[in-house]
Amino acid sequence: MNFELTDEQRMLQDTLRRMLASSQGSAWQPLAEQGVFAALFSEQYGGLGGSGFDIAVVFEELGRAATIDPVLDSALLCGWLIAEVASETHSELLADIVSGEVQLAFAHTEPASRYALSHVETTIEQRAQQQVLNGQKSVVVNARCAGYLLVSARDEAADDRNCIALYLVPANCSGISMYYYEMSGGGQAAEVTFENVAVSSADCLSADALPAIESAVAAAVVAQCADTLGAMETVMSMTTDYLGTRQQFGRPLATFQALSHRVADMLIELEQARSAVILAAGHLDADPVTRDLHGSAAKNLVGRVGQLIAEESIQLHGGIGMTDEYQLGKYARRIIMADHRFGDIDYHLERFIELGKTPGDF
Amino acid sequence: MQLHYSDDDLAFRDEVRAFLNASLQESVTEKVRLALPLEKTDYENWHAALHARGWLAPNWPKQFGGAQWTAVQRHIFEEECALANAPRVVPFGLTMLGPVLQKFGSPEQQSYWLPRILNGDDWWCQGYSEPGAGSDLAALATRAVRHGDHYVVNGQKTWTTLGQYANMIFCLVRTDSEVKAQEGISFLLIDMNTPGIEVKPIVLIDGSAEVNEVWFNDVQVPVENLVGEENKGWTYAKYLLTHERTNIAGVGFARAGLAAVKRLARSEYAGEKPLIESPLFAARLAEIEIDLMAMATTNLRILSRASAGQAPGIESSMLKVKGTVIRQSINDLMRRAVGPHAVPFISEVLEDSMQIPDAVRNGRVSMQYFNNRKLSIYGGSNEIQRQIIAKTAFGGGR
Repeated sequence: MNFELTDEQRMLQDTLRRMLASSQGSAWQPLAEQGVFAALFSEQYGGLGGSGFDIAVVFEELGRAATIDPVLDSALLCGWLIAEVASETHSELLADIVSGEVQLAFAHTEPASRYALSHVETTIEQRAQQQVLNGQKSVVVNARCAGYLLVSARDEAADDRNCIALYLVPANCSGISMYYYEMSGGGQAAEVTFENVAVSSADCLSADALPAIESAVAAAVVAQCADTLGAMETVMSMTTDYLGTRQQFGRPLATFQALSHRVADMLIELEQARSAVILAAGHLDADPVTRDLHGSAAKNLVGRVGQLIAEESIQLHGGIGMTDEYQLGKYARRIIMADHRFGDIDYHLERFIELGKTPGDF
Repeated sequence: MQLHYSDDDLAFRDEVRAFLNASLQESVTEKVRLALPLEKTDYENWHAALHARGWLAPNWPKQFGGAQWTAVQRHIFEEECALANAPRVVPFGLTMLGPVLQKFGSPEQQSYWLPRILNGDDWWCQGYSEPGAGSDLAALATRAVRHGDHYVVNGQKTWTTLGQYANMIFCLVRTDSEVKAQEGISFLLIDMNTPGIEVKPIVLIDGSAEVNEVWFNDVQVPVENLVGEENKGWTYAKYLLTHERTNIAGVGFARAGLAAVKRLARSEYAGEKPLIESPLFAARLAEIEIDLMAMATTNLRILSRASAGQAPGIESSMLKVKGTVIRQSINDLMRRAVGPHAVPFISEVLEDSMQIPDAVRNGRVSMQYFNNRKLSIYGGSNEIQRQIIAKTAFGGGR
């Protein structure tokens, strides 16, 4: 048992921290040039890493710097999906993802699906000489910048109605319309409508993609939790710095016990969150039940701790914490909105109960 | 990072399990499982079994007869003991006084007292708190005045756990009132059978009598029972408090408690269904289990850093707070799990608790709930721990 990063992971962490601290706006190009995306994939898929801990190291730094680039939704989530189901037929596309040449978006969530991964109403139908997609997708992150969309759909005629198919569709296909918006937590997304979008059977990456979707989302859960951990670390240091310097009643706020004890509780919970991320990352390659049990435990715990730290840090700052000009708000929004992605605390608590048993060693 | 136990660790765990299986008597583990009071001989027999195996002092160096285990081995041992409902090892001699004597005691004190801790000749208790000195321990007022070759001690100690069984007490006493409070304190070893000492039990809200008041009235203590230098006792006391706290998180106790809650929730019925299928109860249980999984990992992270030679700092304060809060919430769930059967008041003063019918005996879980309110108070209250954490966070040093 050991809790040390490897030398490679430590170098990656140092490089990322230095690079992101000095970058303004998009960091996509420098991230690509430094080979950061390669750390998200195993050698089998043209990467240099791909373990849960590699993913956690990268996203903790992206969260710490509040980077807005779609590394999670495009590179990790879509990259893992293609690696899972089409690494041989689409090896060039996968190579372009790993090198950062191309961006994608995963069009899966629907107006009525909430957090359920298996709820898909979008349809794929055979009509005359071609197949057509029809349906509506919600909160498609990075849709505006994506060259391709990965679209989940049900085949009405398929033998097994439980199967979810996955299609790779150029984002500029006729019949696709998008309504774009900025997201509270940073980045942009769109509501996407598919109206008789013509595709070919060659565009179908998998006729039964749910296990791959679950696997890629499990990696996204680790990434999202690590991102929140990094963002919370920044928030904690902003808060302790502020309380140490801001004077009221002739002394620093840090000397008031009503405030300092709340900081102590936040620090305790931050360590809990770090442990939860380590457990989820360390079990990403386990069997699906063990993997998802730890994923749900982490997403639930990090969600609770995130809310505590975001709300308390605003309160402890007082009025300045409410202003748009001050950086804290950007982080608080990122942390709170993370709970609305890939399942919130209640979804994951219920899933944790369903998955049931106490895991072996932990 | 590597989250799994090594093959050596797993082999060690098997060895521990085999030992526990062979050495623990069901009559004793049943008492522990049901949180019934243990006899003095239950503790003594358990110490003797561990001593015979060389496992009584995991944290002591080999030169003093300890096992000198790694942090992970200690963690495994503590967890397996808790899950097997082993009696706890009485910590006062082994984890508190022992390390102080090893670091600050004279060679004569080491060679006389340390073997007696291991072989059970002495049962130690701790004389720190006083009626006027709780969290503010340095305010202690029990005085020791030197007369020739002995000190004369007058004053009162309190919250002395298992003092009714002890024949020795290590005390912080005031030897100089003219200086700063922390600089006039000495560390004395006192024989409980000395004339002038009186021990009175304090009955707690759960009906138990595990803690005591200890009075000192012109008690004569030989000067060779002074540990280290006169007026340096505060340094030794702080050493005692910041070291040897590997089990402060109580992960093993929490795991055993959670398993007990699950057993209860499967056998108790809420209408047609076992309680564990009630969504609200299951949610409370799951949230605590998730917290405990993370806390066990935090504990291991800190232990492995401690094995690498880094001194524990605010981390033990963090573990104290989180560990006690989790254990208290488990006791809270246990009380809720038995529903109306929580209400019988099962005091340990009842003659033979084993004769009580099962349904009534469930009232014991309420006693545990009340008893474990102490967790967030003793060993430096959770508010004192938060103060330590905050002070470090704001750059106040350690």
